[in-house]
Amino acid sequence: MTAQTPPATPSTKPPSLWARFLDSDVLASFLRSKVTMVAALIVLVMFIGAAFSPWIAPTNPFDPASVFLADANIPPAWQDGGDPRFIFGTDDQGRDLYSAILYGLRVSLIVGGLGVALAATIGITLGLLAGYLGGRVDSLIMRIADVQLTFPAILIALLIDGVVRGVFTGANREDTALYVLVVSIGLSFWVQYARTIRGSTLVERNKDYVQAARLVGLPAPLIMLRHVLPNVIGPVLVILTINLALAVITEATLSFLGVGLPPTQPSLGTLISIGNRYLFSGDWWIVAFPGLTLAILVLAVNLLGDWLRDALNPRLR
Amino acid sequence: MLAFILRRLFQSLLVMLAVALIAFAMFRFVGDPVNQLVSLDTPQDQVAQIRKSLGLDDPFVVQFARYIYNAMRLEFGVSYQFRLPVVALLGERAPATLELAFMSAVFSLIVGIPMGVYTALRRDSWLAKLFQAVSLIGISLPTFLIGILLIYLFSVTLGLLPSFGRGEVVKIGDWWTTGLLTVSGWKALILPSITLGLFQMTLIMRLVRAEMLEVLRTDYIKFARARGLKTRAIHFGHALKNTLVPVITIAGLQLGSIIAFAIITETVFQWPGMGLLFLKAVQQVDIPIMAAYLILISFLFVSINLIVDLLYAAVDPRLRATVGSH
Repeated sequence: MTAQTPPATPSTKPPSLWARFLDSDVLASFLRSKVTMVAALIVLVMFIGAAFSPWIAPTNPFDPASVFLADANIPPAWQDGGDPRFIFGTDDQGRDLYSAILYGLRVSLIVGGLGVALAATIGITLGLLAGYLGGRVDSLIMRIADVQLTFPAILIALLIDGVVRGVFTGANREDTALYVLVVSIGLSFWVQYARTIRGSTLVERNKDYVQAARLVGLPAPLIMLRHVLPNVIGPVLVILTINLALAVITEATLSFLGVGLPPTQPSLGTLISIGNRYLFSGDWWIVAFPGLTLAILVLAVNLLGDWLRDALNPRLR
Repeated sequence: MLAFILRRLFQSLLVMLAVALIAFAMFRFVGDPVNQLVSLDTPQDQVAQIRKSLGLDDPFVVQFARYIYNAMRLEFGVSYQFRLPVVALLGERAPATLELAFMSAVFSLIVGIPMGVYTALRRDSWLAKLFQAVSLIGISLPTFLIGILLIYLFSVTLGLLPSFGRGEVVKIGDWWTTGLLTVSGWKALILPSITLGLFQMTLIMRLVRAEMLEVLRTDYIKFARARGLKTRAIHFGHALKNTLVPVITIAGLQLGSIIAFAIITETVFQWPGMGLLFLKAVQQVDIPIMAAYLILISFLFVSINLIVDLLYAAVDPRLRATVGSH
């Protein structure tokens, strides 16, 4: 990497973002850890697979025209009775498992990603408000956070799921399931962001630049968004990564429990739940491959998160 | 000290009140309670009468107060699905969940503590590294996948252990049923307890390891070594003993999450406990059960937190000032 580093000329122009990235400790620590590189590669492959699943997958498993019941429960290609058309075998409907996993991965990552994004938005907003405004607002928001933190996220997500379902009894469940999940995950994971942001905002708001902005007469929302936010957003990156793994697990768990995504638009959790029914008839592959995909995805994202936490922590450098 | 206890009690009460408000709001506004009781062709004036007799026309505060009063007498209304009192349904299933939670807590302590001690003392041995790797996987694997894996290994492939239900149960007294007195009951407990306890086990293992490494560096351990005490006495008599306070605290605090996570384990193993009942309630939008479960679980969480805090304050005088101040 030394070759790519721009010569350290004492120019007045700051180096470009890319050059700074190439020269950073973060990249160096990334290149040093083989485990992290493998994890990053796995995550990258899975993201690409999920993003381009309609083009990568050999068949569209949810198009009735391309699925035949006669192909149901075929074992993986390398086993006796396997069919080279279906690498990982087929499920009870005759759907190609490999394609179904790619589509399921897509759904899982969309729900997990949107859920985490919602949680971060709520958490960052409330954290900024609590830290910047202080007083009653602060104690109210933080009390709510304290209370919510005592309950496991999965329980809160289940409750929200149940309530939303009760409120929208008329709506078609298959259309709303995805949004219900995103809201459940968003509302169960916001606390950590709020606490982190509040902590750093408390420090930042007493610094000179904030005082100056206040003296100039900028409105509070503008100060919070334009001046405080960029200075407190750093640690959120680590929480985002680790929470993505948690959100994917939560989504899969809810789908497995039968309150998540329906079999018509399955996520990895739904696929596992379908496969679980065929465990006793010996059709292990229906549950094994989606389960393995989920486990590897979560493990890789967790490893990335662990590395990121250490790499961004100046005390450990 | 008294001020601290009172303040902490007041906080807990406030939390319970907030939870009760949420539960009441769910009960009252998610779906109409009257609609569940009447059929489509019930005359309007009769509907109005039922509404009145249930007190649904009273002011919000009166209704909320009545709900709390009833909740304190454990009256949570009637389940929409089963047409039975919620408290009877929950009470019938409580022993199954409590037994499962207890066994998995025991499992996580009995296995987690020795693993933690071993990985701390023999940090570089291959077994310690294996334990560390297993703990990383234990944290990354979702509970339900672990359950499925165990079922596949021990029920489907080896045929050793049952994959669902509680086995034979024995009735003790009026309402408690136990699986601990029969062989099939014990067999049925093994897989669910491991599934439920695995996450806590890895947590305890990591905690014991970290605490042990910390303690082994302290002066009094060095002094004990200098005195020529046996290694075994130092490790277990001095070091381990001092790691146990935080471990027991965490284990106690985790008891609540064990019961919450039992929902997943009970679904995988079709364990007839409260979690399975709650899940069915969520699927069927059976609000009285959901509200009652929420209140019960919150009560459990709040009590555990309160007890742990008070015990801590009793044990450690330094904490009284700091904990009490915020």
